[in-house]
Amino acid sequence: MEKPISIHAGDRALKRLKKRRRSEAVFKAFGVAAIVFAVCALSWLLFSIVSTGYKAFYQHTITLEVELSESILAPDGTRDPDTLRGANYRRIMQDTMFERFPEINALEGRDQRTAKRQLFDVMSTSGGPNHIRQMVYNDPSLVGQTITVKVPTSDVVDQYLKGNLNTDVPEEQRNITDRQIAWVKTLNESGEIKAGFNSRLLFSTDSRDPELAGIASSFVGSLMTMFVTLLLAFPIGVGAAIWLDEFAPKNKFVDFIEININNLAAVPSIVFGLLGLAVLLNWGGMPRSAPIVGGIVLALLTFPTIVIATRSSLRAVPPSIRDGALSVGASHVQAVFHHKLPLAAPGIMTGSIIGMARALGETAPLLMIGMVAFLTQIPKDMTEPATALPVQVYLWAGNAEQAWTERTSAAIMILLLVLVIMNGFAIWLRRRLEKRW
Amino acid sequence: MELSIPIYCLLIVIMGALTFVLAKRRARAVAQGADRTILAQSFHSRPNFHGLFAGGLVMLLSFNAMLAGLKIGFPGFATIGLMIAFAALAFLYARTTVRADFKARIWVERFVKSLLLICSVIAVLTTVGIVLSLVFESLRFFKEVPVLDFLTGLQWSPQTALRADQAGQSGAFGAVPIFAGTFLIMLVAISLAAPVGLMIAIYLSEYATPRVRAWVKPAIEILAGVPTVVYGYFALLTVGPTIRNFAESLGASVPTQSAIAAGSVMGVMIIPFISSLSDDVINAVPQSLRDGSLALGATKSETVKKVVFGGALPGIIGAMLLAISRAVGETMIVVMAAGTAANLTANPFEAVTTVTVQIVTLLTGDSEFDTAKTLSAFALGLVLFIITLILNVIALMIVRRYRERYD
Repeated sequence: MEKPISIHAGDRALKRLKKRRRSEAVFKAFGVAAIVFAVCALSWLLFSIVSTGYKAFYQHTITLEVELSESILAPDGTRDPDTLRGANYRRIMQDTMFERFPEINALEGRDQRTAKRQLFDVMSTSGGPNHIRQMVYNDPSLVGQTITVKVPTSDVVDQYLKGNLNTDVPEEQRNITDRQIAWVKTLNESGEIKAGFNSRLLFSTDSRDPELAGIASSFVGSLMTMFVTLLLAFPIGVGAAIWLDEFAPKNKFVDFIEININNLAAVPSIVFGLLGLAVLLNWGGMPRSAPIVGGIVLALLTFPTIVIATRSSLRAVPPSIRDGALSVGASHVQAVFHHKLPLAAPGIMTGSIIGMARALGETAPLLMIGMVAFLTQIPKDMTEPATALPVQVYLWAGNAEQAWTERTSAAIMILLLVLVIMNGFAIWLRRRLEKRW
Repeated sequence: MELSIPIYCLLIVIMGALTFVLAKRRARAVAQGADRTILAQSFHSRPNFHGLFAGGLVMLLSFNAMLAGLKIGFPGFATIGLMIAFAALAFLYARTTVRADFKARIWVERFVKSLLLICSVIAVLTTVGIVLSLVFESLRFFKEVPVLDFLTGLQWSPQTALRADQAGQSGAFGAVPIFAGTFLIMLVAISLAAPVGLMIAIYLSEYATPRVRAWVKPAIEILAGVPTVVYGYFALLTVGPTIRNFAESLGASVPTQSAIAAGSVMGVMIIPFISSLSDDVINAVPQSLRDGSLALGATKSETVKKVVFGGALPGIIGAMLLAISRAVGETMIVVMAAGTAANLTANPFEAVTTVTVQIVTLLTGDSEFDTAKTLSAFALGLVLFIITLILNVIALMIVRRYRERYD
């Protein structure tokens, strides 16, 4: 009689085991693949932003000797700054450029006019004249003198010098002409065109010309909005959390509030924008595009996040702390405010900073309340039209020129840097102050 | 002279602080008696609470005086006078309360508790505000466009509604193409994010060593911290053109703004969302279930597939529903990368539009809110709110019930 073969031995069993082990390996590989995918997506995103954005942090400028001719600027000899503002600075800059390349005067008729236009286009056509206009406004005695100024090149020249333009295609298909390339090369070799740190990106307001545009106005708008958000969302959120965790009775109404807060945390942000539009602007008559309205809307959006974070850190404080306070005669309110809250503070701060960081990146609700203003001035007041950094990114992303692409990426880099700092601070705070019980 | 609200508020705070100090000192003086060592009287509340009571009363009354002054439209100095008069009244009354049997602490605590209650009620007010504003504006819209036409119409072209004076240019408000587009993009996003997010959660909770977990988990969380406008720009700048170029190399033509570009980037955005929620529910499955399965000879993957997954399934479904809700309500990615043309199509390689895109395009730039065009945005908003509300409530219910199962 043959010995019965165990189902755990023999060829079939070995085959089965092999198959099971293979499927184990495959499953594990899927897990690794998923992680690799996510990490690759993150790296790709960061790479594509940084690799286009870093170029916006430097910019090419032309150094020019400009003669502020009195016959053009002040034929009547005035030195009144306000009258001088209206003078023809464009003409001054044009003349300066034409004198630098006198050979274009040898051209005839239409050809000369085209060449002159192209030559002037090498510099930032509004940035150059505005620069000397501001200088003369600040110091009218400059009229009649020759000064040395550094003005930005036009965005196309800047892009050409950064190597972003394909010059192999026929002249008609590119933004820069052969003549302009020759001029730029001459200026570049003589050292008149130089690359330098693009401080305009950080300290200028928005502009129609990419070479002049900066994030200052939207950054200030974001600061104002965040200030209002913090002022409203933090105390109200912490207060609500304390009430729900410590003082709320057990009844249907409190359950309703809890469900409400949990649900609000998952309501799409654009719906908060619609709320702001319908209630604050149309019904409440508050000013459109103002940081105060944006701040209120973002506060409503952040509030549930802060409540949830505060409640979880209040719960993490062991009940013995409260019991101890109560047993030595503290009232309930005293036990909470003197003993529980200080111990929960690091967690509350961390949660709030993370909530604020999220609010800082919000765009959609701000679009709804009209914070998409084109601003050439820094807002001074909470009720003035303003825009925010992420909205600025959205606005710039809509522009087609290549120079905008790198500026949009650069604005994103600045936004991400602020977020990294905020989140890093939150993590540092948690590591440093959080107690493990 | 025009005085602004911040100045009034500063005045309120100064008067309150001053009263606090005075009342506290007085309470201490009364309690301690002449030689400052022996307790003259045994007070119910500590001096601090007398100070808080008096200061709070002064602030409350002068704040109301400010509101009254602003409401009536008093000139600046009259309002300040009114505020000081009220504050003085409150101060005189508070002086009489500094005595042993006055329960200042009880009053202060009652006030603090009611402030905290008001904070919680703001959550309810927000929801009420959302519902009322959406319903009210939508009703105005449905007066002009029947509900049924809106929900079942196949034609969406609100732009023509601007020129209502022209014959046959009343605009079409059939929202089905928009709903279809939203669904399509959501489907693309979820079919990318669900398997990836779930596998990340499984790997991190079942296979990864603590060291790997400590590095990978924060890296995945970074994805959740990136603002959506950045994802939108990434889709527009990189992913869209990449997909287009890839399709061109295969001989097909795909527009830069397509459902697949927006959907896949949105999928990347919700990966951390799914993975962290699923991670929580997988960790909540008791270790004893895993040990039992492993003891019977199952491999790790068999344990995950047949035991852990089954146990965590309700929670995972909850996570998926929350992720769907997020995908449906996501705005910036689709605004930048999905396009605005209302195509009724099931082909992810075409440009489609979504509810959120339409809300943004209908409401930005326009400041009139009486046309059917702008009101339709609120109707879309209402639909969006209802869908996400249902998804959220179901998901939260499942997650909560499930959590109780293993507690």
